[in-house]
Amino acid sequence: MSLMILDKGALAPLVNALMADYRVVGPQAKGPQFVFEPITDPVQLRLDYNTTILPPKKVLQPPQERLATFTLPPRRWGGQEGAEEPRVEPVIEAAPTVLLGVHTCDLHAIRLLDEVFSQDYPDAHYLERRRQTVIVSMECLEPCDEHSFCKSMGTLTADEGYDLHLTDLGPAYAVDVATEAGEQVLSRYGTANETTDADVRRLNEVLSAKWPRFTYRLDFDAAELPALLSMAYDHPLWAELGKRCLACGSCTNVCPTCYCFNVLDEVNVALTEGERLRRWDSCQLDEFARVAGGENFREARSARQRHRFMRKGKYIYEKFGELGCVGCGRCIRTCVANISIVDGFNTIHGSVEGRANHDNIHLYT
Amino acid sequence: MTTSIYTPEVARLASVEQMTALEKLFTIELPDGRNLGHDPGQFVMVSLLGVGEAPISITSSPSRSNGSFQLCVRRVGDVTNALHKMQSGGLVGIRGPFGHGFPIEKMRGKDMLFAPGGLGLAPLRSLINQVLDERGSFGRVIILYGAKRPKELLFRDELEEWVARDDVECRITVDQGDETWDGHVGVITTLFPEVSINPRNTAAVTCGPPIMYRFVLMELLGKGISETQIYLSLERRMKCGVGKCGHCQINNLYCCQEGPVFTYAQIKGVEEAL
Repeated sequence: MSLMILDKGALAPLVNALMADYRVVGPQAKGPQFVFEPITDPVQLRLDYNTTILPPKKVLQPPQERLATFTLPPRRWGGQEGAEEPRVEPVIEAAPTVLLGVHTCDLHAIRLLDEVFSQDYPDAHYLERRRQTVIVSMECLEPCDEHSFCKSMGTLTADEGYDLHLTDLGPAYAVDVATEAGEQVLSRYGTANETTDADVRRLNEVLSAKWPRFTYRLDFDAAELPALLSMAYDHPLWAELGKRCLACGSCTNVCPTCYCFNVLDEVNVALTEGERLRRWDSCQLDEFARVAGGENFREARSARQRHRFMRKGKYIYEKFGELGCVGCGRCIRTCVANISIVDGFNTIHGSVEGRANHDNIHLYT
Repeated sequence: MTTSIYTPEVARLASVEQMTALEKLFTIELPDGRNLGHDPGQFVMVSLLGVGEAPISITSSPSRSNGSFQLCVRRVGDVTNALHKMQSGGLVGIRGPFGHGFPIEKMRGKDMLFAPGGLGLAPLRSLINQVLDERGSFGRVIILYGAKRPKELLFRDELEEWVARDDVECRITVDQGDETWDGHVGVITTLFPEVSINPRNTAAVTCGPPIMYRFVLMELLGKGISETQIYLSLERRMKCGVGKCGHCQINNLYCCQEGPVFTYAQIKGVEEAL
């Protein structure tokens, strides 16, 4: 829509003003790391953060939320004739929110989640929270650390998915106003100025200068990933990862595109009412694919790691037209067994290109 | 009014019938006598609020709906054990029907070969009775049913009726006989050599414990039935029924959406399917 300039000194007043009408969530320090948490004082906001432990996904798909509340009548659902009807009421936990400081890798992930929760059976819980959330994203000018590979995954920048997008120009932020919601937030709560020719020149300089600072970490074009993985189902890598993986689920917990969940009921001590809860779940956990009869359809850790790689590089692409990995590097950072998805992808590519020292890929068994 | 795809509708157990030591048949009525509107082979998510929710295939055929539907449930997990303790008049939560069932429109005019094993009869019965209620639209109806022991045979009344009918070829076997049993003894595959079929005009439908599929598939393929004419109903863990929660994934397929009914051609290259 338009490009504006926001002096850095005007940021705290803007956040302060927003806090009156919105839940404002942004990056803040937690020990030596950073987390997305509600801002209660603008000084907490650390737009200079490198990366966060959990992605901002947690604002849109919380680690736990209520899907419904229900009553258990005196005779419970055991049901003699004439028992009082139990009630089930859906619960949508949503509040007007401004999500500040989202990096572009996470922005790409949110776009994917939007697809996931809109397709086929729209998920009112996610979509209502999404509708009430204004996203203010940030252009990364430096790599966050050695684990990220956003440049390889095409997420080093973004041209949609945000309401406002900030680029640090030194004394001020350039603000790309992309939507009406973003325009309202800026004009109603902040004091931004029209850009001058010098501002635009400076913005272009900053954006041009950032590109070489980031390195490509995939040995190949990410667009090849789905095809590459379709040849790698029986690759020896999976057995190797299976031996190292502790099946702790950390990789999926910190992933900005993982959306699988569990649903469970909790009741009060009096057994008169309860809640149906949705919690993050992980395909890396043993019971994820196990049915009540005892059969576990993805028992081996090697198969579970393969499933994760396939989801990120192939299956999600086939279903939604976008890769399931945005290169944020969180799964690599968090893995206690040092499993690296980018190294894994490169290993597979290496064997296809004949550079690896193990057996041929196993296209046919 | 807020609505959510995850909110179950309160439905009433019209009757509860003990079928075997482990299985009961539940007849369920939705509010206002409304029909569920399902296809044979689809499933519902059954809630016992406070306990949880589980996917259960619908065992009644749409042709016999009359304001109710039936679930044949083995008590094996939290939800099903709690369900087994309920009596008629009890209230449950229902969501659905979900998934792709059997494509009956593609089956009309064909000979039908059903090969259920154990509890696998439950989902297949929805199609068997639909076929029998449109008997003139189908060729031969062959049912080869295997159970572990005689006392584990489900739907005994209907089995007797199918055996007695001239227009149904129903053979039953048990892995292990007892003093009440004078029928066939042997695993389900031992029934196959007894029937000859026209493979070009036969649709085969099977469901059973995971171990059974490979052996039954070998028999069906051995009879010359094409991979696109073999239908399987697969079981998976499910938490949503609507393609979101991820539990039912079979490689890239969501069992709850693309399935639970698949053709063998669809899953032949899908390693996690069987």
